[in-house]
Amino acid sequence: MTKYIDQGKNDTRSGYGAGMTELGRTNPNVVALCADLVGSLKIQTFIDENPERFFQIGIAEANMMGIAAGLTIGGKIPFTGTFANFSTGRVYDQIRQSIAYSGKNVKICASHAGITLGEDGATHQILEDIGLMKMLPGMTVINPCDFNQTKAATLAIAEHQGPVYLRFGRPKVANFTPADQKFEIGKALMLNEGTDVTIIATGHLVWQSLIAAENLENQGISAEVINIHTIKPLDNEAILASAKKTGCVVTAEEHNYLGGLGESVSRVLASHHPTPQEFVATQDTFGESGTPEQLMDKYGLNNKAIEAAVLKVLKRK
Amino acid sequence: MPSTQELQNLVTQVRRDILRMVHKVNSGHPGGSLGCTEFFVALYNEIMELKDGFDMDGNGEDLFFLSNGHISPVFYSVLARKGYFPIEELNTFRLINSRLQGHPTTHEGLPGIRIASGSLGQGMSVAIGAALAKKLNGGNHLIYSLHGDGELQEGQNWEAIMYAAGNKVDNYIATIDLNGQQIDGSTDDVLPLGDVAEKFRVFGWDVLEIENGNDLKQVIAGLNEAKSRTGKGKPVCIIMTTMMGNGVDFMMHTHAWHGKAPSDEQLETALAQNPETLGDY
Ligand SMILES: Cc1ncc(C[n+]2csc(CCOP(=O)(O)OP(=O)(O)O)c2C)c(N)n1
Ligand SMILES: [Mg+2]
Repeated sequence: MTKYIDQGKNDTRSGYGAGMTELGRTNPNVVALCADLVGSLKIQTFIDENPERFFQIGIAEANMMGIAAGLTIGGKIPFTGTFANFSTGRVYDQIRQSIAYSGKNVKICASHAGITLGEDGATHQILEDIGLMKMLPGMTVINPCDFNQTKAATLAIAEHQGPVYLRFGRPKVANFTPADQKFEIGKALMLNEGTDVTIIATGHLVWQSLIAAENLENQGISAEVINIHTIKPLDNEAILASAKKTGCVVTAEEHNYLGGLGESVSRVLASHHPTPQEFVATQDTFGESGTPEQLMDKYGLNNKAIEAAVLKVLKRK
Repeated sequence: MPSTQELQNLVTQVRRDILRMVHKVNSGHPGGSLGCTEFFVALYNEIMELKDGFDMDGNGEDLFFLSNGHISPVFYSVLARKGYFPIEELNTFRLINSRLQGHPTTHEGLPGIRIASGSLGQGMSVAIGAALAKKLNGGNHLIYSLHGDGELQEGQNWEAIMYAAGNKVDNYIATIDLNGQQIDGSTDDVLPLGDVAEKFRVFGWDVLEIENGNDLKQVIAGLNEAKSRTGKGKPVCIIMTTMMGNGVDFMMHTHAWHGKAPSDEQLETALAQNPETLGDY
């Protein structure tokens, strides 16, 4: 199986910060907004280098979304920054009307997504944001898997015309994608070719899928691993090609099974090539306080859960 | 009624609880918790009329809502030491499978908590709803709430502030923790709040101020004064000036300890400044 080396644990939000630093130097239209969470969003370098292009909004996320929409009128490319919960559910109608429906070029950048936010607990752990955002017409939804991919995605969305939801996280996780890998919005990445089962993963669950694939290989099971970083628009072709080859699918995401990547995949499969599928995701529950590892374990979001799902779906072939 | 010395001892012990809770899990929010310790101790042990035990509806007693849920450590400590749940449970703060979530929740059924908070700016609306329910039920008890000053930047507060005055929600006392700090810096640096007392006043509230919210006597006097102003057609607001991190010298005069845990060494220093009074959990 293709080997992936962890180049050193890092948080995906720092990938966002690094991307913003680069955009600050290369794209004069990029502006950053933040709602009292500069440290969490890792954008201090952008602010230091471009103080006139940074807007500290205060703890007022709805206002931030509206101001971001307004900044696009005149050609700015606003990147809003706060936790995922306050980037989506908190401000859904502001995004819906002033950004999505109005077709504004706002990049909604959301840190601390999912359960791995950890100790702060369920009030801050949104597991519904992919669903909320993918339902908005015209919204692009991206959930990168590591530092390098998040940085690359940050650069890529600046070039893309239209609203984007960029979802990343808090904990330090394996950084394994090549630093120079180009980020193509909407294009799946084949991480490991296999023949028995397709694992389709997004975000933090991609590394877990690679661990699972390695363990499965030791049991004689050949798992194909596909990284879907763009949940919308979805790379239907890559999904269908793999499902036709292996005949069964496991999706893995740090999100509720309702509304997440898994549902998007199952819709593609149901329409074009019905295939048995298991969902590694949270089961319609809120999260809770705990360390990221404990929570991933308790809520079935790690390599063990993926391996179990693979064994289950293989029986359904 | 407990004596002032007894309350002061409780204040010190609660500060120790806060520091030890946050230190143990290396996360949580000591700054605002330490700044609001006198307020919580006074409210629960001197001011509010409380029944024994806990039921969600809270008919026949005063109710409190914490809107700035991140200062859960002080809330949990005061609730535990008031007898709502075992003091030893403070040991489980922010751990997996605990009822003491990072931010207060009803989901795990912790006695004393009536609403989840943590996502800022929502508590005043909830408190108003509870105050309206009390009126509908013919109850003559009061609703109290606490809000951060940075939290006031959330627009929902101002919808609630307008509503409470416009609808004469006069069985309600909202307190603002005016510590001048939030996550990214001072409130003046992040987004200036202007004259908060005057803002409440022009929105139609009866406003009073506690100049030093870390002076137990002043807090008690202020809360009693606020109580006496209820039932007169206006919601009551207390602008309470506090010091974030109060009681620990190196945590004061900065926003740095808003949401950061002390190291082992820092904990020792901090605890030495707050000697044990009622026994650590
Ligand atoms: C809606 C929302 N936005 C952002 C946050 C993140 N956050 C938690 S506490 C805080 C600062 C709160 O400032 P203040 O109310 O003054 O409390 P203090 O820092 O004084 O304890 C922020 C921005 C949040 N919890 N909820
Ligand atoms: Mg404050």
